[in-house]
Formats: sequence, structure tokens, C-alpha cells
Amino acid sequence: MTSAFQPDFEQLRVENLHAYYGESHILHGIALDVRRGELVTLLGRNGAGKTTTLRAILGLTGRRSGAIHLNGKTIIDWPTHRIAHLGVGYCPEERGIFASLSVEENLVLPPAVRSGGMSVEELYAMFPNLAERRKSQGTRLSGGEQQMLAMARILRTGANLLLLDEITEGLAPVIVQRLGEVLTLLKSRGYTVILVEQNFRFAAPLADRHYVIEHGRVVDTIGRAELPAKMEALHQRLGV
Amino acid sequence: MDFLNIPLPAVLAQLVVGLINGAFYALLSLGLAIIFGLLNIINFAHGAQYMLGAFFAWFGVQYLGIDYWFALLLVPIAVGAIGMLLERFLLSKLYREDHLYGLLLTFGLALIIEGVFVQLYGVSGKPYAVPEALRGALNLGFMFLPKYRAWVIVASVVVCLGAWLVIERTKLGAYLRAGTENPRLLQAFGVNVPMMITLTYGFGVALAAFAGVLAAPIFQVSPKMGSDLIIVVFAVVVIGGMGSILGSILTGLGLGLVEGLTKVVWPEASSTVIFVIMAIVLLVRPAGLFGRER
Repeated sequence: MTSAFQPDFEQLRVENLHAYYGESHILHGIALDVRRGELVTLLGRNGAGKTTTLRAILGLTGRRSGAIHLNGKTIIDWPTHRIAHLGVGYCPEERGIFASLSVEENLVLPPAVRSGGMSVEELYAMFPNLAERRKSQGTRLSGGEQQMLAMARILRTGANLLLLDEITEGLAPVIVQRLGEVLTLLKSRGYTVILVEQNFRFAAPLADRHYVIEHGRVVDTIGRAELPAKMEALHQRLGV
Repeated sequence: MDFLNIPLPAVLAQLVVGLINGAFYALLSLGLAIIFGLLNIINFAHGAQYMLGAFFAWFGVQYLGIDYWFALLLVPIAVGAIGMLLERFLLSKLYREDHLYGLLLTFGLALIIEGVFVQLYGVSGKPYAVPEALRGALNLGFMFLPKYRAWVIVASVVVCLGAWLVIERTKLGAYLRAGTENPRLLQAFGVNVPMMITLTYGFGVALAAFAGVLAAPIFQVSPKMGSDLIIVVFAVVVIGGMGSILGSILTGLGLGLVEGLTKVVWPEASSTVIFVIMAIVLLVRPAGLFGRER
């Protein structure tokens, strides 16, 4: 699905991306191409480089080389906070809820990066649990509620490219289902989403395309239509 | 009315004196705590920056005709600005390294600043007149408290509480708390964290300079005034818990009182009591009274 105004607008293009943590070379030439309104997943085993790919896009790793184009701008040497202001929302794997902030303070913490973000009321309607616990310390929430909060706070900023890292990890099925509904809604509203996911069953029905990552490289790209045919090979690759 | 066979007025008088020292401990340890929280640097130059505050106030009177009240406003801004340059051009190069490097750099800077001032002005104190409006004393019944000293307590408590309220209750404070916890994530949300770090260091240094201006009429202005005080303040910060904002304020005032009380009961111990408390706190609760384990 693409935006009605700019069909096929290329939101993010990553070419030959290498990234390091200290001396260890984690990404070995990642390439991705994401159009506005698409939802793509990064699949792969633990340690394949999925999280590092998201972090490298935001400039949160060590040394990097290659090219990253976001909204037509070449951003690989930009400082992290400027990249965010191109409309990127990041939900880290560990959720990153601040313990020294209340739920509401966490929710309104990230500055607006584009116009057109959701209002606090709208987000409380979407995640009623957060409204009830708005005065609680952020980290007093359950794992599921913390995940809702981590999602909600980047929807308030107007970000239209969401980098979501393992948002279903360790959550109860009913919450995973709720997150699936939220993603479906976001997709219908034209958000672009890159989803790092271990839970393939969660990701499969939502995604336009899957990038399979191994040893810091994209080893396979599977479009929605090809998925049934490639299911067997994919399961082997992921070891599930 | 006696306390351990000591007349109560004498006890109260020493407590008030202790509170005055506590006012300085609180201001200085608050700045250190804010800086340590966000920068992870133990700012050993804090004492020198406090001394700079006092000297700049003295320069103001001596050469520029700037009176106490303007100095109280302008000197923290000037010294804070020097702090920001220091952060931008020196400290910022060290964030990837161990804490120790920041400590060594700021310690070296403290020695250089102090050395230069000793060279230029000698070690004897320069007098700084108490401002007109605060001359005279208040009769508290048990003692005559110089008005200026009462003002120091009030000014320190107001500034500390103000800083605490800003940190706990405002959006700016939420950025500071979030940045203390996870600066990379805060930056990924689009906050200019490097700029925030520079401003925060500048603010911490400005607090030290503010304390220095407050101190000028009481302790005289001398190059060694910072290093005399800062060792005690480091002990206060360790007792309160590194990086805890409220902890540093309450511990600062509280230990001033403890020191005052010790002067009544056992005067010889008053200069060591804080270090004894530090040792006990480190044994029983290594993260400090208000600190969180990291």
C-alpha cells in the first residue's frame, strides 16, 4: 500500500551497509528498499544483525560505512537526533521505558518530529491501560503495558517511519493479538514500518515483504506472493 | 534546658552555623550530582569553579564597579559559559573512555586554575564587603545571626529547591532524567543530547559559581577556598548517593547540621565526622543514602 499523494515514494534505501561495535564487524553489506506505506520485516536468527540494522540506520552503532537514504537525503554521517527529525520513530528491543519518568511523562517525552502525530487522548483511547496508569512510574507497568507505551510514545511524534524491534517478545498471546491490530491500523493509515521479528506467525500476515538476514547480510527477499512457495526454505533458515 | 549538659542556646547556635556550611555543601553537591548524572564525569574542577565564582565577584567590585547583586546574577553566567566551552572542547572528547579520564582531566584543570590564581594573587584572602542591605544581625533569642548568613541559607535553599522542582516537575527536567538514564535512546527520539550535555555542565558549574559569590563575603576570596571545601563536598555526594538530586540537597544540609552538632559535643571531631559517616555509609549502603544501584 502506498500513499495516495506520492505513489511509490521511496522512503528508505540502504546500500551496502557495514556496521561495527568496537572491533567486531556486525553488518556486512545490508541492502534494503522500503517504499512509503510498506511494512517489511527483518527475519533471522539471534545475532544475525537485525537489531544492529535498525540501530545503524539511526546512527546508534559504532563505525559505519555504505549509504543510507531517507526521504531522499543521504544521512549516514548525520547525528542521531537529526535523523529522528526526518520522521523516524524507534521502539527498541528492551522497550526503553524510563524508570525515572511517569507513564505520562514517558508518553510525551519524545519531541514531535513531524506534524500530524496522534494526540494523547487518541493514544489513551487506543491503549486504555495506559490512561488508567498515567501517574505510575513507567517501569511499574507490566511487560505488555510497557510495550504499548513504547509504541504509543512514538505515534505521538508524527513519525511516519517506525522501526520496531521485537515488539511481541515475551508477551501474552492476547497482547500480541492487540499489537497485530494496532499494526494493521497503522498500515491502513499509511505508516511505513520496519519490523524486526522472531515471531514469524505474527509478522507473516502483516508484511509486504520479508528480508531474511544471516551473518549481517540479506540472504533472501521474499515478497508476500512468494511466501507460500518459500515457506519450507524459510523455516529451515530460521530454524523454527 | 540542656543537651548532654551543654546549654541549649549553644547547641542551637552551632546548628545554625552548621546550616550555613550545609547551605554551601548542598549547592555544590547538587551541581556535582547533576553533572555526574548526565555526563558520568566526576567534576573535580568544581572547587576551582566555586573559587572562580568568588574571584569574579571580587574582580567585579575591584575593576568593573559591579556590585554584589549584579555579581550574583552575572558571575554564574560567565563562569557557566567558561564551563560550557570546557565541556565542548575538552570533556566531550572523553565520553567514550572510562570515568577515570574525566576525573583526571578535571582534576588537572583544577590544579592549573588554582596554580594560576596563587601565582597572580597569593594565598592570602581578599576581603569582600557584605552588601549594604544585609549588614547587621538578627536577634534569634539564643544568638545574634548576621543577616548575611541568614540570607545565605535562604538563597541556597531556594535555589536548590527551585532546581529540584525544575528537574522533577518540568519537561526540561524530564529530558534531564531521561538523558541520565539512557542518553542514546533520548537522542534517537530527536533530542539534541550533546547540546543538552553542554548546557547541563554549564548549569552545574554556574551553581558552583553562585555558591562562590555567596561565599565571598563570609570566607574571603582566596585561591585555596575551593580545594578546602570540595573534599568535604565529595564526601557529601558519596553519602547522598552519586547522581541523586534530592539526595545531594538533603545530605548537604543534613551533614552541615551534623557537623555543627559535633562541634558542640566533641569539637575535635567536627572536621572528621563527615568522613566517618562516609565510611559507615559505604560499608552499609554502598550506593549512598539516596542512590540507586547501577
